Amino acid sequence: MTAWQVLAAGAQTTVQDQGRHGWRHLGVGRAGALDTSALAVANLLVGNDETAAGLEMALQGPRLRLPRACRIALTGAAVPAWWNDVPLPAGRPLDLPAGELRFGTLRDGLRAWLAIAGGIAAPSVLGSRSTDLRGGFGGLEGRALVTGDRLPLGDGTTTPSVRRPTFPSWWVDMDDAWTFDRHVLRYLPSSHAAAESLAAHAWHAHANSNRQGLRLTGASLPAGEANGVSEPVAIGTLQLPPDGQPILLLADAQTVGGYPRLGHVLACDLGRAAQLRPGEPVHFEPVTAQKAQTLVRDHAHRYARVRLAIAQRR
Amino acid sequence: MSAPRFEPLGDDAVLVHLGEGVDPAINARVHALTAALRNLDLPWLRDLVPAYASLAVFFDAAQLDDPARTVSDLVHRLLAGMTTTKESPGALLEVPVCYGGTHGEDLADAASTLGVDEATLIARHSAAIYTVAMIGFAPGFPYLLGLDPGLTLPRLATPRTRVPAGSVAIAGAQAGIYPRESPGGWRLLGRTPLMLFDPARARPSLLQPGDRVRFVPIGADDFTRLERTP
Repeated sequence: MTAWQVLAAGAQTTVQDQGRHGWRHLGVGRAGALDTSALAVANLLVGNDETAAGLEMALQGPRLRLPRACRIALTGAAVPAWWNDVPLPAGRPLDLPAGELRFGTLRDGLRAWLAIAGGIAAPSVLGSRSTDLRGGFGGLEGRALVTGDRLPLGDGTTTPSVRRPTFPSWWVDMDDAWTFDRHVLRYLPSSHAAAESLAAHAWHAHANSNRQGLRLTGASLPAGEANGVSEPVAIGTLQLPPDGQPILLLADAQTVGGYPRLGHVLACDLGRAAQLRPGEPVHFEPVTAQKAQTLVRDHAHRYARVRLAIAQRR
Repeated sequence: MSAPRFEPLGDDAVLVHLGEGVDPAINARVHALTAALRNLDLPWLRDLVPAYASLAVFFDAAQLDDPARTVSDLVHRLLAGMTTTKESPGALLEVPVCYGGTHGEDLADAASTLGVDEATLIARHSAAIYTVAMIGFAPGFPYLLGLDPGLTLPRLATPRTRVPAGSVAIAGAQAGIYPRESPGGWRLLGRTPLMLFDPARARPSLLQPGDRVRFVPIGADDFTRLERTP
């Protein structure tokens, strides 16, 4: 089996796919790419099924040794990428000869996704190859990559043998993160007394954020009397701990929680939330359930158009 | 029983409240409703997450025209047909525990704070039949209802950074078991050699929500022997 050698792991590089479903009742969260659409598009670009496993990189990408030719694609935040010393563009299929694949510091965002034809052949655990960092399973031994790791690759479509990086002149710019302002997240307010006032204040992404949650700093919202009894939570839930600083739950979030809920960020906006860098400003905009349905449908349509466009190009 | 209350949990789930607080009767009803929904084999159902007094119903939004309506109609119909149960419908499992010493570092302290000897604390902790009210915090972590009210102790003032896997612990009115090494602020009475959660198993979690549990005291030799049994 072909394997990539990890020469440098990057800040936090993990194996992710579309996530684990149907196990929340056992305390197992979804995990998976923080922007599932972005990873799905990268997969489509290299000819994979959209459910294949790829890499999610954050802040600083990895350096990898490629023992043979392969086809990859990059989506998400702008990430400087080189094959040996040849710069590589994002948003399109890239055919690479054997060599070294190197990434720099991400710009204009925090996370990017890499798909490889054939996918990353990490074992499927509970129906997914995603890394569950909290549970310590999935992906590569349930953890982020470290230097010296070997990343097993699946059998991909035969990549044409090329002598230098080869790619088409077209690209996809699918992500609404780049057509909409990522500093505005839309949410369905709950019945909590402070639910609407979330929108009245300016917030900043806290450096303590991770794949479990985006921590927000700003005005202190009154949390009120918590009944303290844990209830199920979801990805997108806005929790309000006693310190009044909300937390937006992301893909690695726990399955139950005892804090009051201010509402839920729309699933189609979570990919944008994943791009917020520490200190960046963020606003929340309340929407009605009806409006939310329209926005979610629009996102699905945009994704369907990108999917079709890629299918026609390939 | 009060009427159920519904709250959207994002765009693909509804949270069904069956009551408030920590109440064994309400929790039993949550598990009965969970079982009834699961038995229907609904094609749009993605997950059912029971908690103390509520149940999250995760669905595939693409398969339903009006998910909120569908869920509330179903829940009302199922609850109307349900008899009141005091006991959860789950299986009864015995969990061996080696109490005290290096296996349960807080046993001696807990006993002296409660004004009883260690043997009495062990006897009272292992006499009860607990219900897995919900699973959360970490994969496979059971929140157990049924602790003897006389054993109520606050959490540790400073949580431990490392609690060993299998630790059997109490905090407030709750009891639980840590499936893997993790930080934690509950008081450690003992350890079970059983593996609570293994994602490679066909049934990854030893305990399911709604199951009932009895702790069986064992000696250190038995702990070592059982720990080696896969």
